[in-house]
Amino acid sequence: MTFSPELEKRFAEMAGKYPEGRQKACLIPMLMYAQDEVGYISEELKAEIARRLSISVLEVNEVVGYYTMLRKKRMGKTHLQICTNISCLLWDGDKLWDRACEKLGIGHNEVTADGTVSLEEVECIGACSWAPAIQVNYDFQHNVTIDQLDTLIDDLRKA
Amino acid sequence: MYPSLLHDSPHPSETVVLSKRYRLPNSRSIDTYLANDGYKAFMRASQMSPEQIIDEVKTSNLRGRGGAGFPTGMKWSFVPRTSPKPKYIVVNADESEPGTCKDRVIIQYDPHQLIEGILIAARAVDAHRGWIYIRGEYRYLIDIMDEALAEAYARGWLGKNIQGTGFDFELSSHTGAGAYECGEESALLESLEGKRGVPRIRPPFPAVSGAFQAPTILNNVETFAAVPSIFLMGGQAWADLGIPKAGGTKLTCLTGHVNRPGVHELALGFPVRKMIEDVGGGMRGGNKLKAMIPGGSSCPVLTGEEAWELTMDYDSMAKAKTMLGSGGVVIMDETTDMVKACLRIIRFYQHESCGWCIPCREGTLWLKKLLTRLDEGVGSAKDIDLVGDLADNMLGRTFCPLGDAAALPTMSIVRKFRHEFEAKLAKKAVSMAGLPQLVSING
Repeated sequence: MTFSPELEKRFAEMAGKYPEGRQKACLIPMLMYAQDEVGYISEELKAEIARRLSISVLEVNEVVGYYTMLRKKRMGKTHLQICTNISCLLWDGDKLWDRACEKLGIGHNEVTADGTVSLEEVECIGACSWAPAIQVNYDFQHNVTIDQLDTLIDDLRKA
Repeated sequence: MYPSLLHDSPHPSETVVLSKRYRLPNSRSIDTYLANDGYKAFMRASQMSPEQIIDEVKTSNLRGRGGAGFPTGMKWSFVPRTSPKPKYIVVNADESEPGTCKDRVIIQYDPHQLIEGILIAARAVDAHRGWIYIRGEYRYLIDIMDEALAEAYARGWLGKNIQGTGFDFELSSHTGAGAYECGEESALLESLEGKRGVPRIRPPFPAVSGAFQAPTILNNVETFAAVPSIFLMGGQAWADLGIPKAGGTKLTCLTGHVNRPGVHELALGFPVRKMIEDVGGGMRGGNKLKAMIPGGSSCPVLTGEEAWELTMDYDSMAKAKTMLGSGGVVIMDETTDMVKACLRIIRFYQHESCGWCIPCREGTLWLKKLLTRLDEGVGSAKDIDLVGDLADNMLGRTFCPLGDAAALPTMSIVRKFRHEFEAKLAKKAVSMAGLPQLVSING
């Protein structure tokens, strides 16, 4: 399996950042950065990372099963994450969530039929003073209104 | 480029120490940092012995800013400096406690302040390697941190023989992948080693056996970020900003039903009333304060009447049987449905329980089921008691504090707002009147 030269460079540098013989420490960062290129944690990717770190695929599976950001399936081109935790709830984050589900016709961790958008109800994303907040892929949007969400979803579907 | 996290100017009641550079143009660049007292504290600490550095931190009365509030100087003194093993520094930037969003502000606006604090800690225990563990959702902050690290290497503030002091230190970022549990120190260390984030039994504590089983200083972002100010001002002057036994300032995340939410730097001991009315611009719509979570959702909830008379510090909150925690203040006004709030908090802990300890794994699940039923107004008054009993049985029976974090707010909400649970049941009973009687299996 081949990655971009930038990612290969990142992987090469990463190995030197942990004590000798403890390169398994690279596992989670490698999966996270590789996922950005591959889209999700595919079987092929697991095998490749296991081979590079000289660990078993089982050890990779243990980790993939635990961390919510490591995606078990391919998500939408844009991954829309809506926080409904306590501070966002107090500013109607739950209403944003309901609206997104209704407008997109999908639920938690689902993808639209055309593959453009996927939706996730997320736990606290650390935007509590700017609630309600959402994340569009890795980008934060703060103090989001229903109207703004509507516009965003319309734009994503057109794109 | 990134969304702003600041009001245009600090509130006049803030004590601007850590946040003094945040509003400068290009505040995260090393040039801005160096032009505004940057890395002076490290040079000062370089003239001091490890004992002197630790004593200065002890004098400052700095306590851990991640939630537990453990005295930082004491934590550092537990590291066996003469151990033949390498010593490491690990920064907890896995900020995930609901209500907390301050480490974001530190890294986005002043990453070099964090690097400098880490360097001083490294000198105190003769560490030469460190990692900043940043939650995966904060990818843009990892990018900012990586840029700052590259600047620091390029300008000789990291790497070999830093500024001719003969001191070497290597530092890098490390991404998490979405797990609240990894904000717990021992689970974070497991995660750093490339494993599932399940907690370790303690002792041994990380100071003795931490990252890669070597002695480790592990502190929160804000704790390290406070260290340069301590060495610039002197430990005593820094302590005097706060109150006895709790020195300095705290970045306080004001969230929920106030007119002016935001992250504010407040001296320890700041009155809650002033924080809400003055700094927070008052309650939304002039509403009444119903409840307040003082420091992240794992803290026992205070009623409005209780909260109003308190001050924001460790001892004041402990006397009120809650915690200052991480500084994530959640303000709830009279319109808040406390049953719904309780359910939302438990849904979070149930989702994030790592499953390692049975009382937490099963307890959070059953609490979620019971609270869902109560929120829907079905179930019986016995369920309300059962919620309290279940939570009580989780307390202190787990490797890490996640079980307690789920139990404590639940118990406090059920105790202090029981009438809201009962009102929901009564309302549903009225609306069901006239419908065919359900068959009871309890006889």
